[in-house]
Amino acid sequence: MDIKVNVRESEGDAYVVDLTGEIDVYTSPKVKDAISELIDQEHYNLVINLENVRYIDSTGLGVLIGGLKRVREHGGSVNLVCTNPQIKKIFDITGLVKIFGIFDDEQSAMKALA
Amino acid sequence: MNPQAAPSTSAGVVRLSIPARAEWVAVARLAVAAVASRQRFSIDEIEDIKLAVAESCTNAIQHGSPDGTIEIEVELRDDELVATVRDRGMGPRLGTVNEERIGETGRTEELGVFLIRALMDTVEYTSDVRDGTQLVMTKRVSE
Repeated sequence: MDIKVNVRESEGDAYVVDLTGEIDVYTSPKVKDAISELIDQEHYNLVINLENVRYIDSTGLGVLIGGLKRVREHGGSVNLVCTNPQIKKIFDITGLVKIFGIFDDEQSAMKALA
Repeated sequence: MNPQAAPSTSAGVVRLSIPARAEWVAVARLAVAAVASRQRFSIDEIEDIKLAVAESCTNAIQHGSPDGTIEIEVELRDDELVATVRDRGMGPRLGTVNEERIGETGRTEELGVFLIRALMDTVEYTSDVRDGTQLVMTKRVSE
């Protein structure tokens, strides 16, 4: 099991983090490093694309929450792209739908950052 | 999987022992999912069981004895699955979780405990110095 992380610049100062695979206690440090590196470089508007993520656990959620907290300190935001019903359910039952913007496609997630 | 092939009472018990290290949690959850698929669970229910057992293993890694092992037992009974996760460590595992603040704190441990309780039908937790920690979770097949 692994996670592939691809970071790309998008419109304006926004960056997109594409994740592919499974995010768990073993792979989440790799995701955390990628997000932390962007924030350290003062990129505070992020879209994290979970379209190709098949599984996420509490450590993955913790990484996303940690990233959101950090960018909010600088007036930024993290929006998520997610259509996988099982993963959306995890965000629902933990109440994280209230703190993240969750969108069906990247374009909508980017638009909502503005 | 043919639903007619569902096992009868206590038809199957699978035991697995993994090193208490992060890279082994995926093995545990895949094995548990494979066992659960032999019962008449929906795909969503199998995903719930998979995540709950994985969260229990993660909890054991975070609180258990370093370089120890995690024992996982999965039993199929009539219309339910019972998963037991044991380790030799001790520590606060299933304390009170403030659901209103869970998104604010973002503490992985709280999220994990919350998920286990939310995804399974029953959760029992015991911990003592001699036997370590045991988490017993039940998931019933929804009709």
